[in-house]
Amino acid sequence: MAITTPDELPPLPTGPPPLVLEGASGNSFRNFSQEKLPRLVTGFIATVPVIALVAVLVVLFWKAYPAIRYNGFGFLTRTTWRPGNAYANAVKTGGVLHPVAVSYGALPLVAGTLETSAIALILAVPVSVGTALAVVEKLPRRVSNAAGLFLEVIAGVPSVVFGLWGVLTFGPFLAHHISPFVADHMPDVPVLDFFRGNVGYGEGLLASGMVLAIMIVPIVAATTRDLLRTVPRLPKEGALALGMNDWEVVWKVSLPWVRSGIIGAAVLGLARALGETIAVAMVSGTILGQVPPNLYEGMSTIAATIAQQLDGALSDGTGFEVRTLAEFALVLVAITLLTNLGARRLVSKAAAATALPVGRGV
Amino acid sequence: MAPETPELSGGLSEGLDLYGRPPWSRVAKGYLGWGLCGLALLLVVAPLASVLWGVIGRALPVWHWSVLTEPTTATGGGLSDEILGTLEIVVGVGILAGLVGVLSGIYLAEYAKGRFGSFLRGASEILAGIPSIVLGYVAYIALGIGLHWDFSLASALIALSALTVPYIAKATESALRSVPTTYREGADALGMAPMRSLSRITMKAALPGITTGLLVALAISVGETAPLLYTVGEYTSYGPTVHLTHMSVSYLTWVVYAYNQGTFPQALSYDAAFILMVIVLLLIIGSRLIVSMTQRNTERN
Repeated sequence: MAITTPDELPPLPTGPPPLVLEGASGNSFRNFSQEKLPRLVTGFIATVPVIALVAVLVVLFWKAYPAIRYNGFGFLTRTTWRPGNAYANAVKTGGVLHPVAVSYGALPLVAGTLETSAIALILAVPVSVGTALAVVEKLPRRVSNAAGLFLEVIAGVPSVVFGLWGVLTFGPFLAHHISPFVADHMPDVPVLDFFRGNVGYGEGLLASGMVLAIMIVPIVAATTRDLLRTVPRLPKEGALALGMNDWEVVWKVSLPWVRSGIIGAAVLGLARALGETIAVAMVSGTILGQVPPNLYEGMSTIAATIAQQLDGALSDGTGFEVRTLAEFALVLVAITLLTNLGARRLVSKAAAATALPVGRGV
Repeated sequence: MAPETPELSGGLSEGLDLYGRPPWSRVAKGYLGWGLCGLALLLVVAPLASVLWGVIGRALPVWHWSVLTEPTTATGGGLSDEILGTLEIVVGVGILAGLVGVLSGIYLAEYAKGRFGSFLRGASEILAGIPSIVLGYVAYIALGIGLHWDFSLASALIALSALTVPYIAKATESALRSVPTTYREGADALGMAPMRSLSRITMKAALPGITTGLLVALAISVGETAPLLYTVGEYTSYGPTVHLTHMSVSYLTWVVYAYNQGTFPQALSYDAAFILMVIVLLLIIGSRLIVSMTQRNTERN
C-alpha cells in the first residue's frame, strides 16, 4: 500500500464556525459599548459629588467675601448682633455696601454650637455605651432585636419632631423638675456658678444640649452595639477562663477591643449635633449677641441662626446680612471639617466602617 | 482595628479567698457596672418612648381622616397639599439622587481604583459631613438668587440630592463589593460581556443593599426641614405644583416647625408629626423586610 501524500488527503470536515465570545476583544463596537461607555458615563456621574462640594465652597466663599472683608478678624471675637439701621441710607466701607451701624460677631454662636454639642456628647456617649452593653450582653436575643428596631425607628424620627417634643414636653419637664434642683444646690464658686441662675421656662442651652443628646444616642448606641457583636468569642472566653467575671470581661476585653470604633461613633454623633438645625432652633430660646452666661439661658447655634434669620436677611436691602450668614456657614463648615479630620486621625479605617450610613439620622 | 491584648496584670487569682471566691469588691464592681448599664438603658428608653408617645398621644385625640384629603384652610382643614408636596419632593429626590448615587456607586465599586477612587470617596465623605442647612443656604444663594429661580422645587431637589447622594453611592458601592467574586467569575467564564454580567448578575445580587440605601435616603429627605426652608420656601396656599421653578411647595415638616406661628391650627402640626413618623416607620420597616427576605433567600440557596 502506497503511502498517500498530503495532497491526496481528504479535506478536513468543516465544523461549526469558531466560537466568538461576547465581549472578547476584536469587536471594536462591542468593546466600546461594554467597556468604555459605561466607564465614561458612570465616571462622569461619579464626579458630581466632587463638583457639588467645590460649588458649595466656592459659592459660600464668593458670597461671604465682602462680609469677611468688612467684618474682619474681629468677627470671631465680637459678641454683637446688630443688623444696623435699615431705614437710613446704606453706606459703603471699602467697597462693601452695608446698613449704617451694622455689627455682627460670631463668638456667641460659635460658643453656642460648641457648648450644645459638648453637652450632647458628654451625656450621650456613656449612656449609649452602657445601653449597648446591656443590650448585647444581658438582654435575651429577642428583646435585643426589638431594642435594635426601636433604636432604628428613633434614629429616623425627623429632627423637627424632636424639636416639637423638646418645646412641648421635655423643656417644661426640665424647667420644673430638674433645673431648679441643680441650680439651687450648686455652690456659688467660679466654675460651678455656670450651673446657677434663673432656670427660665425650659428653652436654652441645657435643653438644646439634652435634646441633641437624645437625638445622637441612637446613632452612637446602634454603632456600639454592632461593634460589640463583632468582638470575637475567643478572647472573651479566655478571660472568663482566667477567672474574670462577666463585668470584668466587658470592661477589660470587649470595650478596649472596640474603643476606636466607639470614638468613631461619637464623632459621627458630634457631626450631627454640630449641624443640627431645626430641633435647636425650636428649643434654643434664640438669644443672639450674647454668650450664654449660665446653663439655662437662651442662646442659639450657627445652624439654627442661619435657618431663623432668613426673613431678616431678606429684608436687608443691601444684602449684607445674607453675606454675613454665608460667612457663618463657612465658619460652621470649617468646624465640621476640622472635626472630621480629627476623627480620621483618631479612628482606624476598619473601625469606621459600619453597616448603615448612620451619620445623619436614620 | 488592631486587637489589643487585654491587660491581665494584677494577678486575678491573687485575690481569691480560701474557697476560690473573688473578693467582694470585684463582685460589687460587677453589680455596680451592670447596674449603671441598666440605668443607662432606662435613660435611653424613657425619653425616646416619651418622644413617640408625645407625638402619638397628641395626634390621636385630634385625628380626622379628612386630614389626608383636605387642603389647609385658615381655620383648619387638612394636610393634603403638604402630603402631596412631600411626596413630590421624595419622588424627585428618589429619581435624581437615586440615579446619580447608584451610577457613582457603580463607578466606585467597579472601576475606581487607586488614588482617583479614594479622592472621589473622600470628597463624597466631606460632602456628607456638610450640615444640611448649609446646603440649603447655598442652593438658595446660587439657584434661588443667582439663577433667579426664587423659591423652587428644583433647588430643593438639588439641595436634598447633594445631601443624600453620598449615602446612596456608599450603599451601592458596599452592596456591589459584597457580591461574591464567584458570581463575577462565573459570568466571565461563561463569556458574558462585562455590562451584561453587571446588569444581570452583579446588580441583581446587590439590589437589596442598594434598595436599602435608597430607602434610607428617602427617609432622610422626608424628615429634613433645614435644606427646604430656603429652597422650596415655607408654606404656600397654592396647591402642589409641577413647576420646577418660581413656585413654593408646601411640605409636612414645615407644618411641625411652625406649630406656634399661627399659620396653622396646632392640631394640624401634631397630625403632620404623626404622618411623618408613620412614613419614616414604613420606610424603615420596608428596608428591614428587604434585608430579612434576602437573608432568608441566601440561606435557602
